[in-house]
Amino acid sequence: MFVYLVNRVLLMVPTLLGVAVLIFFMLRVVPGDIVEVKLRGDGGNPTQETLDAERKRLGLDRPLVEQFGEWMTGLFTLDLGKSMWTEQPVTDEIALRLELSFEVALMATLIAILIAIPMGTLSALLKDTWIDYAIRIFTIAGLAMPSFWLGMLTIVSLLFFFNWLPPLTYTPIYEDPWNNMAQLFWPALSVGYRYSAVVARMMRSSIIEVLNEDYIRTARAKGVFERLVVMRHAMRNALLPVITVIGLEFAFLIGGLVVTEQVFNLNGIGRLFVQAVGRNDFTLIQGMVMLTAVVFVVTNLAVDMLYAVFDPRIRYR
Amino acid sequence: MSSIRILAGFAGAIALAIGGPALAQTPKRGGTLNFALSAETPHYDCHGSDTYATLHFASPFYSTLLTFDLPKYPGVKGDLAESWTISQDQKSYTFKLHKNVTFHDGKPLTSADVKATYDRLRNPPTGVVSTRKATFQDIVAIETPDAHTIVFKLKDINPAMMEHFASPWNCVYPAEKITADPQWPKTNILGSGPFKFVEHVKGSHVSGARNDKYFRQGQPYLDGFKGTFFSQSAAMLNALQGGQVLAEFRTISSADRDRLKQAMGDKIRIEESSWTLNLLVVFNTKKKPFDDVRVRRALNMAIDRWGGSQGLARTSALRHVGGLIRPGSPYAIDPKELEQIPGFQRDMAKARAEAKKLLAEAGVPNLKFVLHNRTIAQPYTPAGVFLVDQWRQIGVEVEHRQFETSPYLAGMSSGQFDVAIDFSNLFMDEPSLGLAKYVSSSKAPENRSGLESPEIDALIEKQSHIGDPTERIKVIRQVEKLILDSSHQVPLLWWHRIVATHTKLMGWEMSPSHNLGADLARVWINE
Repeated sequence: MFVYLVNRVLLMVPTLLGVAVLIFFMLRVVPGDIVEVKLRGDGGNPTQETLDAERKRLGLDRPLVEQFGEWMTGLFTLDLGKSMWTEQPVTDEIALRLELSFEVALMATLIAILIAIPMGTLSALLKDTWIDYAIRIFTIAGLAMPSFWLGMLTIVSLLFFFNWLPPLTYTPIYEDPWNNMAQLFWPALSVGYRYSAVVARMMRSSIIEVLNEDYIRTARAKGVFERLVVMRHAMRNALLPVITVIGLEFAFLIGGLVVTEQVFNLNGIGRLFVQAVGRNDFTLIQGMVMLTAVVFVVTNLAVDMLYAVFDPRIRYR
Repeated sequence: MSSIRILAGFAGAIALAIGGPALAQTPKRGGTLNFALSAETPHYDCHGSDTYATLHFASPFYSTLLTFDLPKYPGVKGDLAESWTISQDQKSYTFKLHKNVTFHDGKPLTSADVKATYDRLRNPPTGVVSTRKATFQDIVAIETPDAHTIVFKLKDINPAMMEHFASPWNCVYPAEKITADPQWPKTNILGSGPFKFVEHVKGSHVSGARNDKYFRQGQPYLDGFKGTFFSQSAAMLNALQGGQVLAEFRTISSADRDRLKQAMGDKIRIEESSWTLNLLVVFNTKKKPFDDVRVRRALNMAIDRWGGSQGLARTSALRHVGGLIRPGSPYAIDPKELEQIPGFQRDMAKARAEAKKLLAEAGVPNLKFVLHNRTIAQPYTPAGVFLVDQWRQIGVEVEHRQFETSPYLAGMSSGQFDVAIDFSNLFMDEPSLGLAKYVSSSKAPENRSGLESPEIDALIEKQSHIGDPTERIKVIRQVEKLILDSSHQVPLLWWHRIVATHTKLMGWEMSPSHNLGADLARVWINE
């Protein structure tokens, strides 16, 4: 297991390096640069001399190879450079927002698990009953409804019925749990509903499939209590694909809540990503792509590790 | 200049009369103003910025030499300057500064700080961006006879100099700081304005606290403020409706205005004005067939601006038909006169027939081209759709391509476009600023049409040094006619500004520029 873990961690290095190379060169293919956006984007009329001086100051006039060398050297020392827009360290810009995004993703995941696992299981066990139909309607609605739209409905409803809105600025949970929850519960709920729909559908079909397996029939024939059959034999096996879905969704949520963050005015990673792309902030985009890549490879690794926990037959060497 | 100022003063008096009751009450002290900011400044340096995001963020922390007197807009009044004199030859401006001004760190503000600020603006050190360098090129020397007197010597008459001294971008910085590190103001805030900087949480908010040693006694009235950044207007409107913020000082759309009025009734105050922004249609004169004035004129004549303004006003910020100078400003062309210029006529059937004839004469009766536009929905998308429809009516086929800001600007700068929608964003109605976009492309890169015209350049230069407003207006009309006849770059429509504030927010003053009046010194909350 340990050797497998070390191998997987080492394999991450070429994966991340590949991402780093690709993102660096792909960004340079897009026409335009941040200096134009910064000095002309709002109607400014700077002279060519000013534009050139600013490009020079930001290092954009240097040969591409030199810029690439700096980027790669920085990566190995965990220095992602400075945002070309704010001129603050990229790591600071990300760190400022990561806590919020991570918390929303975690809360949405918890909400999804709490809703999806029992519902998916119940739906599978009571297949083709009115309960199954009701759950399927609930989950299909969740899949059909974009989470940002649900977020908008939530906000408007809170405003219309209670004349109340979630706090505008983020307070860490360890400073003011109530304020923190008052702000982040609603986006987590909006996102968690869609997320739970995906997971519940997967859980249902997975359990239905597992319940038809020979070993389940054998367990029942041996007279094992139905509860034990479901909990110990069926669910543990059925959870494997569900864990994969949960892992992928969680990784996506870290940087993918762009519109939801805008609807709730959250200062998160998704919003920062979109702003960075709109401004051609090369260094910040590169940093955020690397963050996303790291989140995905680490989550994948965690999911693979969890397989072994849930399925004793799986052994990593 | 006097007649212009009287006219402006009259207009201001009317505006003041409309908003009179709100301003007439005795201000109450206390409270924290929560307001919305629809954009976040990339840095804190007013000198190197052209975005209102910097001003709405930084203005409360800084003072300027003069400031615009918004009820009498475009009139100006003293900020740091207590009084001033202008020499007979209009080439020397002497300002006496208030004596009790201190920076937020307690150090006194003197003429040396003002000089260092203007030296940085007109002659920025290496690595420092001053987007107002050209504005102050007429200044040849700055003298400081004593700690509270500063004299600006000009090489030529500049009728706009007082307005430029009132520019909100000229934040006065401590000489000591910018001498030690010219980049210091980009990441630090130390001014002498009504509020002291408290914190800026990137992506979230900025806050300030009352400067108890502010040199205007009794001001500011607020204990502090908190400006929250919003990236989506729907979220901002919800916050406005829910009372989480009391204002957003740039603009809202007409649809949003109607929603707020319906939902909030008399709890919301709506103020409207024509705006110092416009959209332009730019023809790339370096490309065929747009090098032919007949083609450009035909396309310009096919646009029904008067009709379009009615419909577009309902769905976008576009509303006012005008020439090169904002309609409503003292230098604007008379609407009756404007209607005589091709492209601004009211009889569209006749104009379109003429346009078709011109295209046929130019040998392009079935013209096809690409319209280069931005992806920003308001008001670029409706403007693009409108233009496509207008040109379709004379048999021209247009492909509407919208780009993100960066590739959009890159396409404009490199001349990789046929026809484009460009924009002009002025912080005040000074003709020299507005006309700068029409100077030949080799001298002014912001003119994307590629047109070279020594005649237009000479007239624009000439008007910028005429002290007598009547004479100046004559030259402005002359150059305006030349530019519109040439049709290389023509205004589409001017924007309309709508600001919604809670009725308990008092003392804020509306103007045609969203860049002005952002210092919050006289703002108070009626609770």
